[in-house]
This record gives sequence, structure tokens and C-alpha cells, in this order.
Amino acid sequence: MAKAVDLKRPLADLAAEVQTGKLTSAELVEASLARLKETENYHTVLEISSTALQQAKVIDNRIAAGETIGPLAGIPYIAKDNFLTADTHTTAASHILEPFKAPYQAVAIERLEAAGAVMVAKANLDAFGHGASTENSDFGASKNPADPEYVPGGSSGGSAAAVALGQACFSIGTDTGGSLRQPSSYCGVVGLKPTYGLVPRYGVIAMGSSFDSIGPITNRVADAALVLDVIAGRDDRDATSIERVHDGYRLSDIEYTLSGQKIGVIKEYLGDGLDSSIKKSIDQTVALLKSKGAVVEVVSLPAVKLALAAYYILVPAEVSSNLARYDGVKYGYSAPEAENLEETYRLSREEGFGAEAKRRILIGTYVLSSGYYDAYYKRAQSVRTKLIAEFDAVFGKFDFLLGPTAPTPAFKLGAKVNDPIAMYLNDIMTVSANLVGIPSISIPLGEINKLPYGLQLMAPQRRETDLLPFANAVEELL
Amino acid sequence: MSKITTDEVERIAKLARIGVTPAEAKNLAGELDAIVDFVEQLQAVDIEGVEPTDQVTGLENVLRDDVVKRASQNRDELLANAPQVQDGYIVVKRVMNG
Repeated sequence: MAKAVDLKRPLADLAAEVQTGKLTSAELVEASLARLKETENYHTVLEISSTALQQAKVIDNRIAAGETIGPLAGIPYIAKDNFLTADTHTTAASHILEPFKAPYQAVAIERLEAAGAVMVAKANLDAFGHGASTENSDFGASKNPADPEYVPGGSSGGSAAAVALGQACFSIGTDTGGSLRQPSSYCGVVGLKPTYGLVPRYGVIAMGSSFDSIGPITNRVADAALVLDVIAGRDDRDATSIERVHDGYRLSDIEYTLSGQKIGVIKEYLGDGLDSSIKKSIDQTVALLKSKGAVVEVVSLPAVKLALAAYYILVPAEVSSNLARYDGVKYGYSAPEAENLEETYRLSREEGFGAEAKRRILIGTYVLSSGYYDAYYKRAQSVRTKLIAEFDAVFGKFDFLLGPTAPTPAFKLGAKVNDPIAMYLNDIMTVSANLVGIPSISIPLGEINKLPYGLQLMAPQRRETDLLPFANAVEELL
Repeated sequence: MSKITTDEVERIAKLARIGVTPAEAKNLAGELDAIVDFVEQLQAVDIEGVEPTDQVTGLENVLRDDVVKRASQNRDELLANAPQVQDGYIVVKRVMNG
């Protein structure tokens, strides 16, 4: 019988207790595995690691032998199933990778392991990260912890729901257009998308390579800062990765003051389509921030209205290129009935990819095809430039930007599966941060009929060291 | 007027090496047309003189020393995922048609 351990306690406290022998990693991992079993109906994970408990015992033995482990000593976590991991399969929730076992691990996984964290399971997602509800998983949707008739959001829906259910102490996922923040909003947890490149992408299944960002989903901002501190920083195997800051990302004990902070509220996110309760919460948050001496003003960024359209040209273009590697030859599903190489490609991809992956590959192929490239792809890249210029200008006047994470709380399972555009609109408030490459965090703001919704905070590129203490202060205020 | 006809779906599916049945092509034509219609709003944007962006953090060519690095995986591990292997090679179906 697993000892009652609260897996939602602060990561730093749990790791310290494991290191000092007050708790064992085996106890934490057993509690995690028990909770996964107890809440398996939410279908948050695709595979449970068979070696997690053994890894935990190795850590406990090393501690008993006097070794200092690391900042995440013995902590169980869950990785989205688009991270390559050694002891489980990696499917990206797609049939085309169903038989795949990764021959190496993602940089983020290596770093978490080195810090003492123990991966207990692989989380469900919209296949290849394509979606906002996990309903595009080829292995069935996950369910919202607040109400199992609702979606958990996506694409990191399994990762977010797992943390909300207390199945592990934190999870990691990817965010190409909101895939960490929007499910965190729907599940009532914290989701951090760092600056593009801060966490190396090596060993993470590519979706939109100029957008894909890796980050944590946690119970509180301080935990997100601690996990980021472990996984951030350049690695030679990802040429687009960037250097970490010298002093790291953990929150300091120095008292933070909201007074004098300049905060812009994005005007375009407050208009039509925003749920009135969320609008009210945003207004209340603004009043609270002002009462603490922050300078808060509504600011207009007209190009964010174009962001979603630019995103749905550029990302499918990158998707069509990245998903060309699934050809039924080197790894993954291969159509047995194919009679020649051309058929191997055509049939393996027809049978292996789900509907949304096909839609995105075809749209991407269309916008990149001869005669359309300038009209769509190149034009969208220029709109990206305009958006970046607008954010640059606004960050000249404000330290942070604030808005809702998504226009509504979670929707019902099945409500949008037949309408790709309605599904895409869930990302309307999150895609800009990916187009611009800036860090953005979603923290719990409130609930409507028990369904959570989040507050989104953004800062300029490489300014996680400002964003995280600010988000922590806002979290305390709410 | 719809831009993505069933014929157009078949053309791009061929380019993308994805088989589609006639029924699928019909569905996809409607869905893809709605997406193209949605992104069409960018045609009205003035992008005169605006450079396209493909890298957001300002990195330029990232170079490394030109030295041999040993692969971290061995051949057997990599081949273990291949659908069909023979004598250390990946087997593919015949390339020529007919």
C-alpha cells in the first residue's frame, strides 16, 4: 500500500526531503503510479514506464551512500509522448510511429534525468501536436480533470490533465502555437512557453521547427522556474538553441514589488469572442495590479488579428516538410501490401497519418507549391515581421503584456471535431508569442461552472528572469 | 469561388505522397478550402518593403570546428526500428514500376 504522499507540494521541498532522507524517491514514484492507476479513466497517458520504480530505488541508494543528487532529486514527472525516451515507446500519438522505440533521448529528458527526476509515463497529445483538445490523438482523447465530459485542451492535454490530477509532480510538453498554455488554462495549472530556442529541441519530434518550444507544466510558478532552470541552455545538437542566463531561472528570495511595473493589456484580446466572465476576471486583475502600484494600460497591437492566419500558413508549411520523413522505409509504420517504393510512401502515409496530420501536410504542400509560394508562405513570413515589429515597439514602453490565455474555458468533447477552423480559433490568443519567439506563461485565473481558465503573461525574448518573478507575484495576488 | 477542388486535392496529395480515396478527396476539398479561405485575409495586408522572417532570435550561421565526431548510436540500434532489414541494410520495395 503506497504511503499517502501529496505530489502537489512544491518541487523544491519534495526534492530536499528526498535528499535528506525524510522521504524516498520510491515513495514518491509509488504514489505517482498508484494515482495514475486510480485516475486512468482520464486517459492522460499512453504508456507507463516499467523502469521508474527501479530508477527511484537507485536514487534512494545513492542518497543512502551519501551522494548529492540534484535539484529534482527523486521527483516523478510525465513527458509528452513527442519526447524521445529510452525506456518506453515514442509515438507522438500517431499510428505511423506506433512501433517506434527511440534509439536516443531528448536533451530535455537527459537534463531532467541528470537532475534526479524520474519519468513515470508518456502523456497523450493531439497526434504530432496538431490540435487543441487531444481529440486528434490516434489513441483516443484525454479528459478534463474538472469534468470528464470536457476536453483538457491541447496539444499537451495529457500533460496538463496529469498535473491537475496529481499523477506526477510536474510534466513537460511542447508549445508551437499554445500547446502548453491553452491546456494549462483549461486544466487550472501553470504552463510556461520559454523563449524560442532556450530549451534545445534535439530529440523532440518536430512540428513547426521555427515555432516549437519546450517547457514545463506545474502546480505553481516557482516549480516552473525550477524545472526551466534544469532544462534551459544551449546544446550543440540544436543549432537554434540559445545560451541560458548566468544566474539561472530559479526564483530568488528577494522581495518582489509590483509597484512601478509597466503592464500592457492587449486590446485585441478583449473584444468579441471573449467570455464575459473571463473579461470580468481580467478587469479585476488589472484593478488589483493597480492597487499594488503597477502601471497598467490597454495597448493595441493590430497585427495580432493577422497572427492566426499567418500561423496557419507557416506552421503547416513546416509540418509538411517535417512530416516528409515518415515514409514507411526507415522506421515507423510501413504498409505491408505496397508493391513498389512509391506505394510504400503513399500507402504508409495514407494509413499511418490521422485526418488532421493529413490536412496540415496538404495545406503546407499547397502553400509551398509552385506558383503559390510568394502569395502565401512568403507573405505570411512578412506578416510575421510586422508582428515582431509591433511587439518590439510595445515592449519599448511596457515590461509585460497581459491577456487571457484562451477566449473560453474548455469545450465539450466532440463539439469542434468536425470544424477545423473552430478548433484553430482556440489558439487565437497564444500563437503570437510563438510567431514572435517570446516567453509566455499561463497561470490559473478563475473558474466558470468548475471549468478553469487562465491568465497569460508575456515578456520580451530572453526575459524569463523578469517574467517568472512577476508571474509569481501575480499568482500570490490572485 | 472555391480554390481547392477535388482535382487540386489529388494534385497536392500526389506531391505529398499521401494516398487519398475519392471520398476523402471530396471531404478534404471542403475542409482545405475553408482553411485557405481563412488565411486569405493576409492578401489585404501591405507588405511592401517588409522583409520575411524565418529566424526569430537573431541567430546567424552557427559554425562548429570541422572535426570528426563519433555517432552516439550504433548501427544495430538504429536499424532495430526499420520495417525490414537484411545483412545490415534496410530493405525497400522495388523502385521501378512495371
